[in-house]
Amino acid sequence: MILQAAVYYVVFPMLTGALVLAFIRLLRGPTPADRIVAFDLIAAASAGIIVVTAIVTEQAVLLDAASIWAVIAFVSVIAFADYIERRGGI
Amino acid sequence: MSEIVVAALLVLGAAFILVAALGLVRMPDIFLRMSCNAKASTLGIGLLLLALAIHFGEMDVSGRALATIGFIVLTTPVASHRIGRVAYLDGAPLWEGTIADEMRGKYGSGEAPAKPKKK
Repeated sequence: MILQAAVYYVVFPMLTGALVLAFIRLLRGPTPADRIVAFDLIAAASAGIIVVTAIVTEQAVLLDAASIWAVIAFVSVIAFADYIERRGGI
Repeated sequence: MSEIVVAALLVLGAAFILVAALGLVRMPDIFLRMSCNAKASTLGIGLLLLALAIHFGEMDVSGRALATIGFIVLTTPVASHRIGRVAYLDGAPLWEGTIADEMRGKYGSGEAPAKPKKK
């Protein structure tokens, strides 16, 4: 019972606030590198939301979704960085 | 008992991710933003996955959760290094309170071609 209350009243609002702040940086960031960092944090926070959902709904299968999501986020951050470096200049 | 431990780990992990997002908005410089994002979000995701491993407590699920922690701990510094390198090569402005810039002049053969630093 305390787990449900903690998740619904503390953990989910914190993660949602992190998503909102990261979206602020994504909209405002002056350089593309700032936007990549914001995307990285958005990916981390949404992976965290998937993990917390897996705990609170007792669905262990969602862990696979979270780990695959972490892999995809890593690869896309590397791809974005490579693209900006290869394009030469912001 | 384990429910309290899981709840505490979840709250701590979510707090670390929130601190990372706060630093992302408030820090003055791309490099400071990147460093605080990398460390705090790694620790936050690690604590959330550790809570999942304790909560389920079966070998297969916990093993996968610990493997995911290892993967994230290994890959986040690599991604962060790539972002920092790209930002530096593109001449992202440093914070005006920066004391040391040890890579100044190391890239781009002598006088840097496109590095408009505001110092």
